[in-house]
Amino acid sequence: MRRVAVIGVGITEFGELWDSSFRKLGIGAGMSAVSDAKISADQIEALFVGNMSAGRFIRQEHVAALIADYSGIARDHIPATRVEAAGASGGIALRQGFMAVASGLHDIVVVGGAEKMTDVSDIESSMIQSSAADQEWETELGATFPGLHALMATRHMHDYGTTREQLADVAVKNHRHGALNPKAQFRREINRDVVLRSPMVASPLRIFDCAPSSDGAATVVLCPLDMAKEFTDSPVEIVGSGQASDSLGLHHRKDICTMGATRAATERAFKMAGLSQKDVDVAEVHDNFTISEIIAIEDLGFFPKGEGGKATEEGLTSFDGDVVVNTSGGLKARGDPIGATGVAQAVEIVSQLRGTADKRQVKDAEVGLTQNIGGTGATAVVHLFRRV
Amino acid sequence: MATAPRFWRENPSRYNMVGFKCNSCGKFYFPPRIICPLCHRKSVGKTEPVKMKGTGAIFSFTEIHEGMDEHNVQKPYIVAMVELDEGVKVTGQVIDCDVCDLSIGTRVRATLRKLSEEGSAGVIHYGYKFVPVRENGERPGDE
Repeated sequence: MRRVAVIGVGITEFGELWDSSFRKLGIGAGMSAVSDAKISADQIEALFVGNMSAGRFIRQEHVAALIADYSGIARDHIPATRVEAAGASGGIALRQGFMAVASGLHDIVVVGGAEKMTDVSDIESSMIQSSAADQEWETELGATFPGLHALMATRHMHDYGTTREQLADVAVKNHRHGALNPKAQFRREINRDVVLRSPMVASPLRIFDCAPSSDGAATVVLCPLDMAKEFTDSPVEIVGSGQASDSLGLHHRKDICTMGATRAATERAFKMAGLSQKDVDVAEVHDNFTISEIIAIEDLGFFPKGEGGKATEEGLTSFDGDVVVNTSGGLKARGDPIGATGVAQAVEIVSQLRGTADKRQVKDAEVGLTQNIGGTGATAVVHLFRRV
Repeated sequence: MATAPRFWRENPSRYNMVGFKCNSCGKFYFPPRIICPLCHRKSVGKTEPVKMKGTGAIFSFTEIHEGMDEHNVQKPYIVAMVELDEGVKVTGQVIDCDVCDLSIGTRVRATLRKLSEEGSAGVIHYGYKFVPVRENGERPGDE
């Protein structure tokens, strides 16, 4: 297996971008990544695009070919593949790109992620998001996507004494980080009261416990590590990649406060990298709901089960903490254009490891981690990155 | 809008909570599966449909305020994950009660109710919802 490096990153602004179409977003992120990598279009050998539901959000399938076309690389007939794993589409696309380079099949691979969510109404957007859960046995019986996460939150509070305030602290922290990120959808700090007084979505989760609907795209360029210095002085190596699955329905899990897929993917990624949790300086985790971040930092092994809320409350996941979680603002504040999210996480980690994260730079960051989830945890993908 | 067969073919499980028992390992599943996820190929030909008793206890619950179109007529509404007495967990609405009457562990039983309708002249979908029961079988507030 060859070692793989990220040599270029690009990201659009995230938000309700009414003047931007899906293709404009995809090409925008792609262009900045390709120019960051200082490659020319004819060097690209393959394209992977993470996208959850363009068919329902913009009534357009076949979006990998669309992006290849509008970026001008379809003329070279390169393979262009769409990857779908609900919220983990972007992270799984990254893993597909990683495997294509690691295997020796391709040298220069572009991995994009994109979603255009605001061309449909809020209620339609919620219904599309809920299709990541089991439609026939969860959603059609009344469970919404926030509702399923609320079931996790209720149980986590019951089993471990996690408090309503600790859930709010996740949102407060991620808004504080997002305020430092010029590409974030929400760039205003909030306090606990704002979260606790916001409208109820699915008790105990309120609107400020939920990531927004967003438009946006992100792209990374990969190549073999031994070629990376030809393109950049600051390559970042992908040192570990783990993917795992679990039951589609939340009710079939052994424990709804633990994402078994995150645990399995984490173990695989760390084993491949030969690293352990204490080596990680900065992490982007899948905080589509505040409870998700608490469960994530436990299942990733940063904190013992049941102590994620307490760790957040004590500031252990912010700057100067044990591991800085979601410097970008996370899904909560940076925004969550579903298919783009997993790739956007990689963009943030690469910026941190290059030392170009500006006001949100984690000092001397050397190792970073991304965790991207599909549905209520039926898919998880974890990547580890290291400054070269 | 989905066609009627998408819902109709699931009626046995939606109406009567017909699940699945693997006679290779003895485990129950709901909804029915095609094979037993533990026994794999060994379960082929050794599975049978089994009606769940429909009784169990709340494992977790939430009151949903922002929901989906089909349910908006009755929001807020309660959704619970229920651990059935067969040891299987299912997701469904809890009705005829207030959310403050519920806690983790509250006993419930399944009942057949309207789930949703496809517009004013469309197909009406029925299925199980849960109502709280006391250990003696009465509902809270029955006296």
